[in-house]
Amino acid sequence: MKKGGALRFYTIGYLIFLYAPILVLPLFAFNDSMVIAFPLQGFTTEWFAQMWADTTLHKAVKNSLTIAVSSAVLATCLGIFAARASTRYKFPGKAGVLGLIMLPLVLPEMIISMALLVVLLAMGVKLSIFTIIIGHVLICTPYAVAILSSAFQSLDRSLEEAAYDLGETPASTFRLIILPLVMPGIISSLLISFTISLDEFIIAYFLGGNETVLSVYIFGQFRFPKNVPSILALGTVLVLLSVILLTIAEYFRRRGIAKTGGKDTGGFL
Amino acid sequence: MVNGSGAAGTGRRFLDPEARSGYALISPTLIYVTLLLAVPLAAVVGYSLMVDSKIGPSAGFTFANYIEVWTGRIDRALMMRSLTVSASVTLATVLLAYPVAYFVSFHVKPERKSMWLFLITIPFWTSYLIRVFLWKVILGYNGVINSGLLGLGIISEPLQAINYNVGALIMTLAHAYAPFAILPIFVSLEKIDRSFLEAGQDLGESRLMTFIRVTLPLSMPGVIAAVLIVFIPTIGDYVTPELIGGGKLPMIANRIEATMLKQNDKAMGAAIAMTAMLIVAAVSVVFLLLNRRFLKGTGK
Repeated sequence: MKKGGALRFYTIGYLIFLYAPILVLPLFAFNDSMVIAFPLQGFTTEWFAQMWADTTLHKAVKNSLTIAVSSAVLATCLGIFAARASTRYKFPGKAGVLGLIMLPLVLPEMIISMALLVVLLAMGVKLSIFTIIIGHVLICTPYAVAILSSAFQSLDRSLEEAAYDLGETPASTFRLIILPLVMPGIISSLLISFTISLDEFIIAYFLGGNETVLSVYIFGQFRFPKNVPSILALGTVLVLLSVILLTIAEYFRRRGIAKTGGKDTGGFL
Repeated sequence: MVNGSGAAGTGRRFLDPEARSGYALISPTLIYVTLLLAVPLAAVVGYSLMVDSKIGPSAGFTFANYIEVWTGRIDRALMMRSLTVSASVTLATVLLAYPVAYFVSFHVKPERKSMWLFLITIPFWTSYLIRVFLWKVILGYNGVINSGLLGLGIISEPLQAINYNVGALIMTLAHAYAPFAILPIFVSLEKIDRSFLEAGQDLGESRLMTFIRVTLPLSMPGVIAAVLIVFIPTIGDYVTPELIGGGKLPMIANRIEATMLKQNDKAMGAAIAMTAMLIVAAVSVVFLLLNRRFLKGTGK
């Protein structure tokens, strides 16, 4: 265990590096100074009030939520189709089809957004929330497929066959047997897609036209040094929210593993 | 509805029931990605082979854009910077991440592993923009580190070596992609049969030699996956050069944006994008081939 001791020390050091920015965030969000530097000037909640008072932010949050919910639902639906098809059926060209679906994972987002932009503009489509959703569904679907494939993979085929033997149709079997068993996978796919969409910047920036979403709003605020503290306040709130969301996602993932009797291998990815 | 075996081999009889069900089920997703990913990418390829002028791209087939990108001084310099930055980020991230993955896999009790992984992934799920911006705040000339060290009397004037340079760029990206490197390495370490290690030590190898001759080669698929997962997105990163570099250290994604939107030269922009994709694809193929060699070496 002696070797583990040095490694443990290193790992904890690495975790501190990973958490450093997030620890700095609340420190200066509550600091009574416009300048983000030491020494600290005293406690204030002024930046939270200033953040809350900005009506552009309200609009941006509303847009972001609309986009994130729509993208999560659509990407999860597309993910269910693809994951079910790839785990249940054999068909020629499956690897190629799945490769195309998973492609956004390895493509720089700038290339995806420019490609979409070129085509949408050529077709005369007006940039709006809708065009952002189109792009976000594209980048969320691979994650949904990955999460849902492992959910569908751990299904016991004999449960399905038993349902057929008892006179259920494929549709009712899917609804009564399969769907409840993969539900935890569906929920974590929804949550992960929601988080990715909420955080995404490049597609939202280039495909959004005049519509402001949360990430684009944050990016815009960085240009004004006087707005930085309220952005740190906003960041603090966002960190809290995403930790809560992730804890829920992790809870459902573990429950899903327990339900299908699998072994916990840990992690979302 | 029983599984028809050997369906994959019967590509000629396209409509065997199982293949048909598979296609029917996957068709919504396939149609979506075809229309909104394959077609736009094909359009980019098309644009990159056209000549763009004030009145818009004209039809015709030419490699002039590619020649201009590959010989142009600015494009080549930016391409080289992107490659250098993302190669350094990849190297730093993978080297720093390996011991962490090793620790969680070999020295943490099985029931506590997922808690450790959860701890490692949490920072990754918080706003990317804000995290990048925080590094700017931390590393800046009047930033958190400089003001802190000045306040403690450790330095007498602000450090300039940590300000908005390529080093700061690399560090920010290495932070952003850390979990991407830890997870695949962890997964490959978890797969290693622990009895191999005991065998190595029973045969008189030291711990270090067992690690070098058994553990490291067996974990190479995870290392290669980590390299790809970090390298591919960092080479196309837009936000970090924009925020940390203050626009003075553009990388290839910033160049694509500037060419396509600010100069409104879609053909050139498309050629730069295609070139970036080709470089990424070439690097990926090299690493995938390496991976195949390692898999062969372990007899799997």
